[in-house]
Amino acid sequence: MSETQETEETSSGFFSKLKKGLSKTRQSLAGGFDNIIHGKAKVETRNLEDLEEALLIGDVGFETTSIILEKLKKGVADERLRTQEEVFEQLKNIMVDMLETYQKAPVQPDSPPKVILVIGVNGSGKTTTIGKLSQKWTEEGKKVILAAGDTFRAAAIEQLQQWADRVGVFIVKQKSGSDPSAVAFDAVQAGKARGADIVLVDTAGRLQTNQNLMAELVKIKRVIGKVMPEAPHETLLVLDASIGQNSVSQAKLFNEALSIDGLVMTKLDGTSKGGVLLNITQELKLPVRYIGIGEKTEDLQEFDPKAFVEALF
Amino acid sequence: MFENLSNRLEAIYKNLKGRGKLKEADVDAALREIRIAFIEADVSLPVIKEFLEKVREKAVGHEVLKSLTPGHQMVKIVNDELKDLLGEEGAKLQMASNETTIVLMVGLQGSGKTTTAGKLARMLKKEGKKCMLVPADVYRPAAIDQLNVLGQDLEVDVFQAEGENDPVKICKNAVAEAARRMCQVAILDTAGRTQVDEDLMEEIRNIKKAVNPHEVLFVADSMMGQQAVDVARTFHEAVGIDGVVLTKMDGDARGGAALSIKTVTGKPIKYMGVGEKLEALEPFHPDRVASRILGKGDVLSLIEKAEEAYDLEEQAELEKKFKKNAFDLEDFRDQLKQVKKMGSLQQLVGMIPGASKLMKGVQVDDSVLVKTEAIIDSMTPVERSKQNLINGSRKRRIAAGSGTTVNDINKLLKQFAQMKKMMKKMSSGKFKGGMDLSQMMGGGRGFPPF
Repeated sequence: MSETQETEETSSGFFSKLKKGLSKTRQSLAGGFDNIIHGKAKVETRNLEDLEEALLIGDVGFETTSIILEKLKKGVADERLRTQEEVFEQLKNIMVDMLETYQKAPVQPDSPPKVILVIGVNGSGKTTTIGKLSQKWTEEGKKVILAAGDTFRAAAIEQLQQWADRVGVFIVKQKSGSDPSAVAFDAVQAGKARGADIVLVDTAGRLQTNQNLMAELVKIKRVIGKVMPEAPHETLLVLDASIGQNSVSQAKLFNEALSIDGLVMTKLDGTSKGGVLLNITQELKLPVRYIGIGEKTEDLQEFDPKAFVEALF
Repeated sequence: MFENLSNRLEAIYKNLKGRGKLKEADVDAALREIRIAFIEADVSLPVIKEFLEKVREKAVGHEVLKSLTPGHQMVKIVNDELKDLLGEEGAKLQMASNETTIVLMVGLQGSGKTTTAGKLARMLKKEGKKCMLVPADVYRPAAIDQLNVLGQDLEVDVFQAEGENDPVKICKNAVAEAARRMCQVAILDTAGRTQVDEDLMEEIRNIKKAVNPHEVLFVADSMMGQQAVDVARTFHEAVGIDGVVLTKMDGDARGGAALSIKTVTGKPIKYMGVGEKLEALEPFHPDRVASRILGKGDVLSLIEKAEEAYDLEEQAELEKKFKKNAFDLEDFRDQLKQVKKMGSLQQLVGMIPGASKLMKGVQVDDSVLVKTEAIIDSMTPVERSKQNLINGSRKRRIAAGSGTTVNDINKLLKQFAQMKKMMKKMSSGKFKGGMDLSQMMGGGRGFPPF
């Protein structure tokens, strides 16, 4: 941890923060590389093992790690790369490519409001993400309405209410234990009536294997569509960066049930590496929309594959 | 994405016919597969290395048991070692003898501290202990409300901080209040924090100093990735934990974090959260977690269950009948009963290597067994031994008696006839070894349609 200290002083901007958050990965990858290069053009097996290890520790997962290494080996051989910088560039390009391929601009509705449904497992950071997004967009001059769709967990409605108070946006809510579809319905209607730009619908956390609760989400989505046929315009899955390979299962099962439009990864502020994103984009071809790298509102940022990968090294 | 470890080890050893000692090369091949399985299960890399070293020592030169194939033998060694490392079942909270027991909950954001605090309070209350819940998370919006609501639902006291904003003071005041109210347990719910947040780690150290808890519980998400080792180590070094609660075990996480946390802290995993409801807290089951890490398919349990359920003498009797082709519907019914003793079909199928993949998406229906049994029950003893007797009117009677249709009876009789044919083939030489349940079930053909 001592090596991260130097960068700490100057870190106020977003990238340096992201870098700090990801510094451990950077160190282990760089370490892997130093071993790889050896000043020679050849990538030796022993060195590849080091690199494999670095990627695995970053939660990239076994299969994706193997794919990356295969591509790197081929790239190094084809282009006769010699220097450490060249191999570095090659690896970065491979990883950026993997992430960039599936990035695409979010859908814009023909007429407002844009309805965004936010889903994820328990504790992944849905409500916090909604709070931060509402603040960001309100500051940009947009009119945001929140829907307190987590009617299950104790005090979840209060949690979103506090965000609404803090940001100063309108919130649609009902009693705890009420039907979340009804809340979503009301909120989208309110959004239309009040001329809102964006309606953010919160939902209760649920494990992707719970079929009843997944069916509940499908219903929420369907009911939203009754108010606005093309809504929700975006269904965002919130993933916790500290979770390992299970994030793949989360993305897969939520996507099967609801067809997700984008991913949000929270809590990249610890030593969490977020490597599983490579794994998920590979497997499900989903874009990543936002990443959260800290507690503050400005710490939730639009995902930029280049900056993300750049920050890894 | 990956098949379970048992299948993969089977594949490695499929060319290994002889059953002597496990050789170094065989073991190494297996260790590579185990490594991949563990990576996919989110066991932290340094922990995997340590684990594989131990397994290698145990496995090389190990005699392969007669009853097991080399693949099964490796799984058994790994499984035993895993269970061993994961620790004891049913470790309890450390309780103070004659004062309020103070439990301090710590962990990352979103790991489930507040919900677990509620679950613990419910469990302790059921044991007849008076509890107090203490909300010391002053950062997350409505965290205090959340604990208040849980307290109301459970009818458990919740400490009211009355405008106090310093978590250390809240905890201190709460502990004094709990003692005054003669509470046996005070559960302190703290804010989630990342292990790299020095200020918040300092805060938790100060809370610990101020209240001197009997039990520091580290609440960990069972889905945690590679960083589990870092998180657990840092928390342990900073505050010194006494026990672990694994949450969200009701999902499909492989739970490798459990092994990582246990290995670096050496502290027992005491409970696991298995659902959203407040009663969904269970004592830790090392065997269940071990088989998850290995990838669910659990040949050993199947072997054990089969051994439990089967009577060896009956078995010998049955084999004789096979050879004479005298196996009748009566024997078939006995077999069904024994299969049922072993658990639900869905469970059994899950334990057969390869079957889970084959049967993916197929809901195995136990009612088929019940139906088949009912049909045989509705026959006369003579009909059971001489099924050729069963004509149209008998079929109608049996159908009425068992609440099925003549079509069902026809199906069963046809399958039984096929099964007998197959058994005749088996006993006439090609079939090696004795009566093998898994082969019968895995073979599929001839067995009732499940």
